Amino acid sequence: MTGDLLIMTVFGSIGIAIFGLFFGLVYKGIDRKIVAHMQKRVGPPIRQPFLDVIKLMNKETVLPENAVGWMYSMAPLVCLASSIILLLYIPMGGLDQVFENGALLGGHGDIILVLYLLIIPSLAMVAGGFASGSPFATVGAQREMVTMMSYEFPLAVVIIAIVWKLSTAGGDVFSLSLIAGNPIWNSVGLLGLIGAFILLLALVIVTPGEVAKIPFDVAEAETEIAHGLLAEYSGRNLALFYLADGVKTFAMASLVIVLFFPYNISPVLEQYVALGDFTILVDFLFFLLKVFLVLLFSVTLVRAGMARLRITQVVSVYWITVTLIALFGLVLLMWDNQFDVGWF
Amino acid sequence: MKYEIPVGPIHPALKEPIMIKCTIEGERIVDVDVFCSQNHRGIEWIGMNRNNPVQSIYTAEKICGICNFCHPSCLVMAVEEIVGFEVPERAQYIRVIQGELERIHSHLLWAGVAAHELGFDSLLHYVWMVREKVMDILELVNGQRVPKDVLMYGGVRRDIKEEHIPKIREMLKYYAEGFDKIAKLFLQDKTIKMRTREIGILTKEDAMKLATAGPTTRASGVKKDVRQDMPYYAYPDFEVKAITPDMLTGETLGDTYDRIVVRLLEVKQSMEIIEQALDEMPGGEILAEPKVMKVINQIKKSEGEAIARHEAPRGEAIHYVKLKEGFEYLYAWKVRAPTYINILSWRPMLMDMQIADIPIVAASIDPCMSCTNRVTIVEDNRERVLTAEHLHRLSVQKTRRLMK
Repeated sequence: MTGDLLIMTVFGSIGIAIFGLFFGLVYKGIDRKIVAHMQKRVGPPIRQPFLDVIKLMNKETVLPENAVGWMYSMAPLVCLASSIILLLYIPMGGLDQVFENGALLGGHGDIILVLYLLIIPSLAMVAGGFASGSPFATVGAQREMVTMMSYEFPLAVVIIAIVWKLSTAGGDVFSLSLIAGNPIWNSVGLLGLIGAFILLLALVIVTPGEVAKIPFDVAEAETEIAHGLLAEYSGRNLALFYLADGVKTFAMASLVIVLFFPYNISPVLEQYVALGDFTILVDFLFFLLKVFLVLLFSVTLVRAGMARLRITQVVSVYWITVTLIALFGLVLLMWDNQFDVGWF
Repeated sequence: MKYEIPVGPIHPALKEPIMIKCTIEGERIVDVDVFCSQNHRGIEWIGMNRNNPVQSIYTAEKICGICNFCHPSCLVMAVEEIVGFEVPERAQYIRVIQGELERIHSHLLWAGVAAHELGFDSLLHYVWMVREKVMDILELVNGQRVPKDVLMYGGVRRDIKEEHIPKIREMLKYYAEGFDKIAKLFLQDKTIKMRTREIGILTKEDAMKLATAGPTTRASGVKKDVRQDMPYYAYPDFEVKAITPDMLTGETLGDTYDRIVVRLLEVKQSMEIIEQALDEMPGGEILAEPKVMKVINQIKKSEGEAIARHEAPRGEAIHYVKLKEGFEYLYAWKVRAPTYINILSWRPMLMDMQIADIPIVAASIDPCMSCTNRVTIVEDNRERVLTAEHLHRLSVQKTRRLMK
């Protein structure tokens, strides 16, 4: 039994890693293409991120003179590895029918673990930034830490609200498969529905901060601090960060889906056609579509339509505005339990 | 903990070589030092040693890629004053139109750059798409998009023909319709307002003390515009008024937002000037002396000195020219680009701001570094900074030499 699990973990991890890297880059390509079209540009082909990675892999990897060597080289690896590990725990549509508990390691971790794992790529980038020994990277690392502290709070509020709502049903409420199995929309009344919408809004605002995109990309602000954290990185190290960014974006979108849209399309389609063995494929494609929609609304459209904020503004947006929004959603969910307004 | 971050000479925010050394505490800027002259090109030397005065017009055009009309315009005005060329009236009007077309394209280019500095790339692409219209007109009138090559001592080389006028009017209509949209995008967008309102304030006192020029000074409420104060070319016919931000918003703060307002209003003003110029443009010759050799000989025979001023998109450009009888080149040629006088305003603007504000505040004066660099001192392969005392000593030595 233990041996089976070991083999499955090893080979499954490799499979999930390839899968995550591939789709991370595909979504990056789609994002760039859509933004280009919104700006009336032709834009790069969708395979461009793959070409970028290949090119970076062939470039020289420079180690700055006053960098802390081992930390500087370790950071990209840790960043990528922890991003991939995220995918081992988050259930994905279609694949949740393959694995026993929704994800490869579904039964072994819960949403608290995922929350911590989400921080590790950022922490690795901070470590790498401080280790680069460049003033720009140092400023970037400080900004990344501040951003991290800012968005963690509203994110935690959203997750606690959902988990708390589930706790009335009982069971291991922190387990991701339980959250995915009991979508929040199914168990709420009118007030709760509004509350859930507000929580979704808060999570959508947290997403660009979590994946460091405009308007919250202060840590990597190109025109301000010359890509900040990544200022000194080049060649293979930069490619690893680039890949990690793609994977983390994909994982974050998957998390949004688990929390709010864990529906599969196969039960609906089953009524019209017999899917048979194609169920997994259909659900998986539907999942990819959901990821695309989440990224479209939380990253691509926001990125194309806003300017970058200052770091103080990022903090006040997250700590005051978004946190208040999220807390209001939580309160609405609580009220929903207390006074059953029901459906008029 | 205080530490220094160098912005430049190579930095993604500044497309040209200049170094701003900022001492920062956390994210707050506590001290600013600017190091100019990272790219000396010796253009004045070429004008004084290698090119004849007619060639120098086109060398002057290469001082700046964007405002490539203001520098030759200054040179031509100065030489015309010394030699005494009578410029035909139609040529004066064409010069005004060229100058205002340049202002429109330069300000739109700047608006795009400012949007990019704020990380708002969609706006950058939109504004630059709109700018293509004026570039098309420049290409139509001058035969090329960027350099104009239109000036000549005693007039202009290319006429604005009858068939050009409907196209120019069409462009004016296009901008008149699109102006409100651009103004709304820049002035009412929440994130742009958050990033520019009360950022990089230059008070009226500081603007006067530092003698800043152009939109930078007008945004601080100083009503200074060469076209208004000392009209040249056909400008006396147009009654240009210096634009200050209170015309639109009702108040003058002197911040980055106000500098956006001033530039947008100036685009509108330029459109009105072109419109009027097209209506009132008289017929007749465009060049006083069509034979270039004759012009060169006339300049060679003249002696004297003159200063010419032109309101460039970035502010007042000044050229000093001295001619000596029998001397083949310009005997003396001193260029003062508007950025030179505006750079010092970075210090009061950036003090107590954040690192994030450096790009947009630096860009808000629309700097043009390579146009500005006139002097660089290299000794034994080492760059040297001249101090005030050193410069004073040199001046004393020079005065003594002259008194001998």
